[in-house]
Amino acid sequence: MNIMVKVAGAAALALGLAGAASAQEKLKIGFIYVGPVGDHGWTYQHDQGRKAIEAAFPGKVETTFIESVPEADSERSIEQLARTGHKLIFTTSFGFMEPTLKVAAKYPNINFEHATGYKRAKNVATYSGKFHEGRYVQGVIAGKMTKTNTIGYVASFPIPEVVAGINAFMLGAQSVNPNVKVKIVWAATWFDPGKEADAAKALLDQGADIITQHTDSPAPLQQAEARGKFAFGQASDMIRFAPKGQLTAIIDDWAPYYVERARVQLEGKWQSQDVWDGFAKGKVKMAPYTNMPDDVKKLAQDTEEAIKSGKFNPFKCPVFDQSGKEVKCEGNGALSDGQILSMNYYVKGIDDKLPK
Amino acid sequence: MRLELIPRSDVSSLQRTLAPLWAILIALLMGGLIVAFLGRSPLAAFKVYFLEPLTDPWALQELAVKATPLIIIATGLVYCFRANLWNIGAEGQLIVGAIFGSIVPLATVGMESTPWVLPVALLLGALGGALYGSIPAFLRVRFGVSEILVSLMLVYVAELTLDYLVRGPWRDPKGFNFPTTPNFESFALLPNLASEGRLHAGIIIALLCAAVTWFVLNRTLFGFGIRVAGEAPRAARFSGFNANRMTIAAFMISGGLAGLAGIVEVTGQIGQLKPAISGGLGFTAIIVAYLGRLHPVGIVFGAFVIALTVYGGEAAQITLKLPLDLTRTFQGILLFCVLAADALTTYKLRIVRGLHA
Repeated sequence: MNIMVKVAGAAALALGLAGAASAQEKLKIGFIYVGPVGDHGWTYQHDQGRKAIEAAFPGKVETTFIESVPEADSERSIEQLARTGHKLIFTTSFGFMEPTLKVAAKYPNINFEHATGYKRAKNVATYSGKFHEGRYVQGVIAGKMTKTNTIGYVASFPIPEVVAGINAFMLGAQSVNPNVKVKIVWAATWFDPGKEADAAKALLDQGADIITQHTDSPAPLQQAEARGKFAFGQASDMIRFAPKGQLTAIIDDWAPYYVERARVQLEGKWQSQDVWDGFAKGKVKMAPYTNMPDDVKKLAQDTEEAIKSGKFNPFKCPVFDQSGKEVKCEGNGALSDGQILSMNYYVKGIDDKLPK
Repeated sequence: MRLELIPRSDVSSLQRTLAPLWAILIALLMGGLIVAFLGRSPLAAFKVYFLEPLTDPWALQELAVKATPLIIIATGLVYCFRANLWNIGAEGQLIVGAIFGSIVPLATVGMESTPWVLPVALLLGALGGALYGSIPAFLRVRFGVSEILVSLMLVYVAELTLDYLVRGPWRDPKGFNFPTTPNFESFALLPNLASEGRLHAGIIIALLCAAVTWFVLNRTLFGFGIRVAGEAPRAARFSGFNANRMTIAAFMISGGLAGLAGIVEVTGQIGQLKPAISGGLGFTAIIVAYLGRLHPVGIVFGAFVIALTVYGGEAAQITLKLPLDLTRTFQGILLFCVLAADALTTYKLRIVRGLHA
């Protein structure tokens, strides 16, 4: 809120005193958020990236965001940014894909960046993170830490990113513990503390002693801690919600990418592209490894390092699907990016039916 | 000490018409006060919020686009609310309308231009909504079940059905498993009315709905029956109106229009089905219906007022960096003022001292 007031104050000053002239010289960058900024989670992390741009180019940029934009009603919001002088616009949720493309077609001189989508245009780039790299590390930790050999997974929606996350997690866990089982509950929400908590409770009741989640609230983590079990944070470091329960968290760090894209826009070198990177470029990070013995911590760090340096790929071949059939290896010794980005099957050993 | 509401006997229709305007004025003053407390100029906020959208042709189109589904749903709700029937489930009827209406456009993806697709889609949309709306009516007539609960709970059924369809059988095979249907072909979309901007033919449908509703309510026996059923149910029974038939008809019209709004929204501006296509239009329309005092003309204005608060709220986020919470607060204040103005026009406030009346 403080920052909001500050940003707002600066803008009011610019509007009221300096007039339009000085505002025009600044590069205006707009953001469309799917949720409220809040203080953790998906939209919060994008907003951290926005602030990083402000901090990196003082006096050269002005940023704006519109929060809690419903996906089906987003075209107007995106076009409002385009019409108010924003030259670079980030739309930060999958559901903004078609509206972003429609607006982009009308404003060829404005550049758009759409998170997690797969359709591009001359002035629409896409970007996402290899969050499954973090999932693999979590799997390794969970496989080591579980005593009941049962891990609970609170999942959101069966889109490829989530399915690939489950698979990477399972492969990580299996790499250290061949007897491990993963139980999945589809909460059918990205953010609903009540539902997420219920899902976690059900999993704990079924004997899970480690909980991991692909939903945004700290509720599953808190449920695990309340029962003396362990869990992982999601999108942000959530250690303050569960100081005794969080093992680590996958942190989405959009800041380096956003600063880079603002820089090429300022230099007039912006080009459409598709970027998908993870540990190596710092887009995906792990929160400090806590509440675990030193050997597990060491193993987690080594795994993270191996993935980061490119020595190891979580989806290295051979990969077997649920029925035990080997998945065709289309990448270089591992599944190709395209295969991971469209993943709609479980790997061997997952005891669940993929909702279709 | 307590407050008592005493009915006024001498309320002119002019006073009734002016009440919402007073409400808007008072809401504006209160909103301005909050903006001032946030350290911003209320005049600048007023300009961004209300004047600029109303003077910019692009923004006016956007207001119409936003108001279109609200007008259609709210005029439908009038049939129920005037008859003292509580259809809270327009959101669900809208979704089912969108699903029914999308069958033919989805079946014709990839085909040559076919002119009958759009009219059939619109008709099926209205039919879907009408059938879905008839469920709570039937249960009420046959078993005396509360139509409020049934219509409300059917919203969740509709939402989850749509969710299932776009994640399962209707999912775009080329869409990387993301939960959306393919984009409709252009012949299945409502035509654009302007070369620049997004104004689509839905607004004509909306205004037609409002006009027809005015005619039905004021110039037909059926409309008279609806009004009598609401204002004097005993009189309606004595004069031979069949209450059961009235209930089912009102719900089917109401649901049909909500369904029409759903398919208009999909063919007018979304162009495909997604897990969430409405974002609460069916609930907002209840507010619109009351903002417009259950009168078709009032509803058209009410829908534009709501559209204005949504649009202005975004503009305020962009140019003044005012928080979204302020917009929502202001919407709440506005509704509160409208209801209060309504109550105070109909009733006198009296302070009663002592314990008993």
